Amino acid sequence: MPFNLLVASCLLYVIFLFAVAFLVERRAHLGRLGWLRSPLVYTLSLSIYCTAWTFYGAVGYAARSGLEFLTIYFGPTLVFIGWWWLLRKLVRIGREYRVTSIADLISSRFGKSNTLGVIVTLICVVAATPYIALQLQSVVLSFGVFASATPDGQAPPDPEQTAIWVAVGLALFTILFGTRNLDAKEQHHGIVTAIAVEAVVKLVALLAVGAFVVWGLAGGVSEIIAKIDAADLAAWQVQPGRWTGLIFLSAVAVITLPRMFQVLVVENADEGHLARASWAFPLYLLAMSLFIVPIAVIGLERMPAGANPDMFVLTLPLSEGQGGLAMLAFLGGFSSATSMVIVESIALATMISNHIVIPLWLHLRPSAARGDDLRSVVLTARRLAIAGVLALGYGYYHVSGGSAALAAIGLIAFLGVAQILPALIGGLFWRGATRIGAMAGLLVGFAVWAYTSFLPSFGPGAVLSESVFTQGLFGLSWLRPQALFGTEAMDPLTHALFWSLVLNATAFCLGSLLTFPGPVERLQGAAFVNVFDGGAGPQRWARGQAEPEALLTMAQRILGEDAALTLFQSAARDQGKEGFLPDPTPAFLDSLEGRLSGSVGAATAHAMISQLVGRATVSVEDLMAVASESAQILEYSAQLEAREAELTRTAGALREANEKLTQLSIQKDAFLSQISHELRTPMTSIRAFSEILTEGDLPPDMVVKYGKIIHDEAKRLTRLLDDLLDLSVLENGTVQLNLTLASLQQMLDHALTAARQTRPERSFTIQRDLPSEAIYLKTDSDRLVQVFINLISNARKYCDAADPVLRIAVRQRAGRVTIDIIDNGSGIPKDSQSLIFEKFARLTDANRAGGAGLGLAICREIMTNLGGSVAYLPGQGGAAFRVTVPLRLEKAAA
Amino acid sequence: MSGHVLLIEDEPNIAEAMRFLLTREGFRMSHLSEGDEVLARIRSDRPDLVILDHMLPGMSGLEILQALRADPDTRTLPVMMLTARGRDRELAERAGADRFISKPFSNAEILAEVRAMTGR
Repeated sequence: MPFNLLVASCLLYVIFLFAVAFLVERRAHLGRLGWLRSPLVYTLSLSIYCTAWTFYGAVGYAARSGLEFLTIYFGPTLVFIGWWWLLRKLVRIGREYRVTSIADLISSRFGKSNTLGVIVTLICVVAATPYIALQLQSVVLSFGVFASATPDGQAPPDPEQTAIWVAVGLALFTILFGTRNLDAKEQHHGIVTAIAVEAVVKLVALLAVGAFVVWGLAGGVSEIIAKIDAADLAAWQVQPGRWTGLIFLSAVAVITLPRMFQVLVVENADEGHLARASWAFPLYLLAMSLFIVPIAVIGLERMPAGANPDMFVLTLPLSEGQGGLAMLAFLGGFSSATSMVIVESIALATMISNHIVIPLWLHLRPSAARGDDLRSVVLTARRLAIAGVLALGYGYYHVSGGSAALAAIGLIAFLGVAQILPALIGGLFWRGATRIGAMAGLLVGFAVWAYTSFLPSFGPGAVLSESVFTQGLFGLSWLRPQALFGTEAMDPLTHALFWSLVLNATAFCLGSLLTFPGPVERLQGAAFVNVFDGGAGPQRWARGQAEPEALLTMAQRILGEDAALTLFQSAARDQGKEGFLPDPTPAFLDSLEGRLSGSVGAATAHAMISQLVGRATVSVEDLMAVASESAQILEYSAQLEAREAELTRTAGALREANEKLTQLSIQKDAFLSQISHELRTPMTSIRAFSEILTEGDLPPDMVVKYGKIIHDEAKRLTRLLDDLLDLSVLENGTVQLNLTLASLQQMLDHALTAARQTRPERSFTIQRDLPSEAIYLKTDSDRLVQVFINLISNARKYCDAADPVLRIAVRQRAGRVTIDIIDNGSGIPKDSQSLIFEKFARLTDANRAGGAGLGLAICREIMTNLGGSVAYLPGQGGAAFRVTVPLRLEKAAA
Repeated sequence: MSGHVLLIEDEPNIAEAMRFLLTREGFRMSHLSEGDEVLARIRSDRPDLVILDHMLPGMSGLEILQALRADPDTRTLPVMMLTARGRDRELAERAGADRFISKPFSNAEILAEVRAMTGR
């Protein structure tokens, strides 16, 4: 097949994947995922376990080492069938604590220690780099096979070039779909579905090649069995030690590989899916392995002696003249490689940004932590990390020259990430496990792995000199990289597996036994180990001194304004409060931390909140609750706590209602007295001047002057009576609404012009986004404009900034439109925020000439009548009001 | 007696009316529209009569009255209180106001009271 046609088919295939991912993202955005969140898609996405290594390499493996390749499938099968209680615990913890990666899980379990997060991240990056290189290599090899098979005079593609373009293309795809939203907990639906599609493609491709080999080339099932019997393959002996080691290794890898953790835990949409996957995934693996041996046997029989068995899946159909089948096989291999690289780089990028880049950023620019939107920083970090990971993979491919056999690199990577296992298992099941222990285990394991497996893989004389191999490090013979302590009988892989994990686990246990866990570690330990026992874990925050407004500002920077306001509003409602600012109760701080964790990881979220709350420790009571071993007491106290929380909530709601009633009754009393005052004041001037005028003999200019005063005060009286009447009509709900279709932009124009009469000497900078205002509302436009005028006039009156700025932000969502009117003054103090909408509430007397203090009360009543609301919006850096109106107000609601 | 009257009233139009009425009758008028600097002004100017509005920005009329009565220097200073709210009368009298007048008032009433209080 011509090379450029091949490239075109690849591009077409990738565009198809783009379309799938894009459409699914669209549906996810609209909340219509339906069957796309099914166990089937989940199971298929797990198949990224089968990479190009499995697709191409397994045949090569079988051709070289017989049935040993099966161990790579046995391990995961055992885990999914026999150990799914372990997976269930992982998934539950992942969902409960919004875990974003395996590094986040380890860091979170051991006291939200970012150092651990960094260590795990580094291990994963080092171990995954050769693995990614392996995928690039397989794509390049398959390109080479196709292009060289057609001697049509075209220059054969340069493998280096191909590798670069493949890496760049994958980086682009991953960045486009892997970093669209921030919260790692709620997305990647597009990618996951694309991965599931690729899973189907690679399975179908392998089965098709297998069927062709069995029925097309060998002539049937019995013939192929005879051929296998006759081949050398079956004669190769089973090595129990090595097989056990390999089964164990692949079982561990299926849990600890960053990409497996990503699809297994992070992308899991429903715990129930795991139950289905526990038998469906092994079935998938079985299907994938079904035809490996036949393809290997026939390949060895028919292909020339020097042919690379890793490419049999491709070369066999090609040499038999089956171009279409070869194309399918090629796309299968392409799918295996791309899906692995995409998910792996997303997983690694999440770790790198959450554990390395963001902590560094916050550390280096503490001042920046206040102002700007952190989300763009996180997203940029992720995008750069994806590009970086792929660049590393390409760099490794370039340096290693793509020489080693595929399976060897895969196993080395498996062993690298397996070093996380002791800390993971210990963290999930042993409350005595400590941060120091985990650190010791990880570092020791990583060092031993690097020395005995990773560095030697470059070959003698590359990184480790020849003499180190034969005489050991520093000439100490017991430090030979492939025969530690003189254990020469084992093959190098089993040797590295044995020593790295044994020393890792020993260091982990010793470190844990010799050190004491810190308070946060104790709490996290208990919460993780007992994740199935109680509902929520122990509360990690004592009642905080944090200002809710500061918390809101921080949350807005990470979650975005809408999500943060929604979260705070619903939390406030749960506490029985109105508005956007809940009390900083322990429960609220906990849930806030959980939400932030989903975006920036547990360690960073914890650090950011404790910065605001003022301390990172835990109260004695919290510790006592954890230390108590009696399950009964725990359960009883949990019940009590739940009841108490319920009571506290009710009491809070009652207290608030009572306060409101008391205030209302005081205000009712004050109301009459206020009306009396507001009426008598203008009447006093009118009466005094009219008496003066009746006496006569005043100069004419005085008559004019006093006449004008009487006129002004009479107007003031009229205005007051109008306002009172307006308010009473609105409150009784007997108001006649005049519903029309009106342009929001015109209403705002009108309001801004009208409000200019208030303190006309002040000049305001007005910030508007006109396109967003191009909305037609069905409402009573006069009434709505009245509200706008009132809010804008208030800003003109009270905004105390030297260069006053008025910002109007409009957003439309789910049939409602919000209009935020925000100035840059000093805002309204928190304890007054609930009062300003009451009648005659005037906060200062500085500008009393304006009115009687009925403006906002009228606004509130108007908005109620228009089926919307007006509320004070805290945390905007000035006085801010949010007006919410329905897009289309129906008569019935009016 | 010189007849110096200090008026504390935050409504500019009412203050204007009082100024017209009292200066026409030969009184010397000073006027403040906020409560805060009142005590200092009374100490420096030593007016013969203080007319005090009840609702003021800053220190309220009632607070000013209490402060005046607590200071031996001003304990006997004649004070007339103005208010737009009926039920303030009792509070004002308890705090030691000499006269109490509700708004709106008739000009003749005010003049008569001022004359009586300054002994003219």
